[in-house]
Amino acid sequence: MSIWQKHAIFEKNSIILVIGILIVIAIGGLVEIVPLFYLKNTIEKVEGVRPYTPLELAGRNIYVREGCYLCHSQMIRPLRDEVERYGHYSLAAESMYDHPFQWGSKRTGPDLARVGGKYSDDWHRDHLRNPRSVVPGSVMPDYSWLEKTDLDYSHIDADMKVLALEGVPYTKEMIADAQKDVVTQTTTDSPDSADLAKRYPKVQARDFDGDPKRITEADALIAYLQMLGTEVDFKLYDDKANIR
Amino acid sequence: MANALAPQKQMTIGEGGLALTFVALALLSIVIAAKAFTPAYAFHAYLFTAASVAAVFAIINRYYDRPAERPPLTIDGKPNYNMGPIKFASIAAMFWGLAGFTVGLYIALELAYPALNLDTAYITFGRLRPLHTSAVIFAFGGNVLLATSFYVVQRTCRARLAGDLAPWFVVLGYNFFIVIAGTGYLLGITQSKEYAEPEWYSDLFLTVVWVTYFLVYLATIMRRTEPHIYVANWFYLAFILTIAVLHLGNNAAVPVSLFSPKSYIVWSGVQDAMVQWWYGHNAVGFFLTAGFLAIMYYFIPKRAERPVYSYRLSIVHFWALIFLYIWAGPHHLHYTALPDWAQTLGMTFSIMLWMPSWGGMINGIMTLSGAWDKLRTDPVLRMMVVSVAFYGMSTFEGPMMSVKVVNSLSHYTDWTIGHVHSGALGWVGYVSFGALYCLIPWLWNRPLYSLKLVNWHFWISTIGIVLYITAMWVSGILQGLMWRAYTPLGFLEYSFVETVEAMHPFYVIRALGGLLFLTGAVIMAFNLWKTVTSTEAAAPARATLAPAE
Repeated sequence: MSIWQKHAIFEKNSIILVIGILIVIAIGGLVEIVPLFYLKNTIEKVEGVRPYTPLELAGRNIYVREGCYLCHSQMIRPLRDEVERYGHYSLAAESMYDHPFQWGSKRTGPDLARVGGKYSDDWHRDHLRNPRSVVPGSVMPDYSWLEKTDLDYSHIDADMKVLALEGVPYTKEMIADAQKDVVTQTTTDSPDSADLAKRYPKVQARDFDGDPKRITEADALIAYLQMLGTEVDFKLYDDKANIR
Repeated sequence: MANALAPQKQMTIGEGGLALTFVALALLSIVIAAKAFTPAYAFHAYLFTAASVAAVFAIINRYYDRPAERPPLTIDGKPNYNMGPIKFASIAAMFWGLAGFTVGLYIALELAYPALNLDTAYITFGRLRPLHTSAVIFAFGGNVLLATSFYVVQRTCRARLAGDLAPWFVVLGYNFFIVIAGTGYLLGITQSKEYAEPEWYSDLFLTVVWVTYFLVYLATIMRRTEPHIYVANWFYLAFILTIAVLHLGNNAAVPVSLFSPKSYIVWSGVQDAMVQWWYGHNAVGFFLTAGFLAIMYYFIPKRAERPVYSYRLSIVHFWALIFLYIWAGPHHLHYTALPDWAQTLGMTFSIMLWMPSWGGMINGIMTLSGAWDKLRTDPVLRMMVVSVAFYGMSTFEGPMMSVKVVNSLSHYTDWTIGHVHSGALGWVGYVSFGALYCLIPWLWNRPLYSLKLVNWHFWISTIGIVLYITAMWVSGILQGLMWRAYTPLGFLEYSFVETVEAMHPFYVIRALGGLLFLTGAVIMAFNLWKTVTSTEAAAPARATLAPAE
């Protein structure tokens, strides 16, 4: 009996066809995905990566909501020009607390993986308000309503609880203080900022959007942008130790 | 007297159960609307309430209007095909196609002229782009797949579609999902997974719809009066099953609360990236390829009145394609923080994928053996054959772009956008148009209003596609080269924004291409509308055109 006739078993039995399809499509996914969860060298060992502060998390949610990832990547490839343009190539460890990841797939605008600290808060506020006021050739939309919209952080602790459940190392204390931490991080020279920095090392706490009276969506988004790529100190990072 | 003999009309368990389920869903939605964290989510909850109430009324109305007996499976020995849901899905496909192409044109113009964002949250590029991709892929493409799959499975199995309310639940539920997803993007509800942006509650609802779709499809195959399952049905089955697996894997998320639209994906960072592109690439591989190959395997032989070129090639094509496609995801992540072994696997399998892709293309095009003259006389067939040629072109381009050195240039640029559109406009678009040009006259039993207009549609949109993809090739390669250009002194030659400014003329040309493609689709919609509303019955020629396996 030729092999072609043997194929009739799939053509005459719908359940066998269904099982055949399921087996054939399962293999590739299993081989490529499952090892990423147990191979220890998948995520580099590196100092400094911490969970987002409540304000940064709220800012990240605005980044997601506005679809920023559709034009801005957050993944610097180890190519000469990218490393010179954007900084050290991105590590897997730097996005290990990102649910979901924001690596992106298109650069209509520049990569943002290390945008933190490159521009002033004022520049970001002006740029969000009208990108062409600071970058004349930009094609980015205006996001002027962000600085006019109060940030809704009333449920941010619930968000953190879910992330803790999914493995982000938020402590009970961090979750309990979430609301307070938002206020602290948006206040310039707040007396509580040292306390905040204990929970979130290297945290930048100040009024980000130039309006100290309100906590706006622009505050949150700028706080998030200003911390991107700043967690790992690459002066101390040993590339060779993490060759995969 | 006659009444006494007729069987007593009773509500079936399906009707009663489904009506009660919708009552429960309506009540739950009202509670959620009242306690929702955000107004946008409350709006969605009200939409769910309204849809559920409408569904209850529709079920009860249908019960009062229908005869006591269920529709017979056969009439005079011929299968009593169920065409209602198919008619709905094919009209919905045309509607969403026009909507999706229009949004695509608008966002193309936004990139050329950013003032068009109008400083308005709802229509910024970032919110409209998922609306465009979902509208064309899932709304237009999805309805084409629903319509053709329900048609093909009935015809090739010679059996009435399984289920009474179930097929209606599938098409109406799917289109309701589209409404929820689309309005959600405008209101800022997204989980930011490309091509899987809808949030947890839309995903849950879609899961129910999709499982029903699978069960209806499988149960219809089980009812078949033909011994063999026709090749188109293998591809449809692989599409339905794999999309279910991908959807569940990629959308695994924990909602913040029942009253919050927000959820967090359980995967993170590098694993999430891998899961996303395992999903993302196979949304292309199974939604936009396997499903539409099923269309190719039914509609091209039917229209050309020739058998499929090679039965053995279709067996190899099927198994090789579905096995290899699943591996190709990591080519979206070349040179990223994904481990090299996974990138190399992704590249290797992507190159191998070239073979079954071209095997399928050869099988489709060579089906015209002995009927090549029809390319001159039948613009509908020409459209479908050109679609397979575009399929061949983009499945050559894809493996080439998955080679790491090529990808280092092409990734993050418009070249990728151009590649996607040569597949989407050329392959998926044209094979769908061809199928609708066949299907709508068959369903309404009317002759197609005008073949001349099909010809106009073909040429206008072909010029549009050529403008689109050439503009994106040039802009993508140009931008990739500008990013890596160095001065003789060893400095980067261009700032980022200089590369953005260089894109402007190509963005204008691309928008013009999109306008032509949309124009073609408007001509098509007019043609199909005139077909459906004509009073002329199909000529007896239908006997040769009608599919009759």
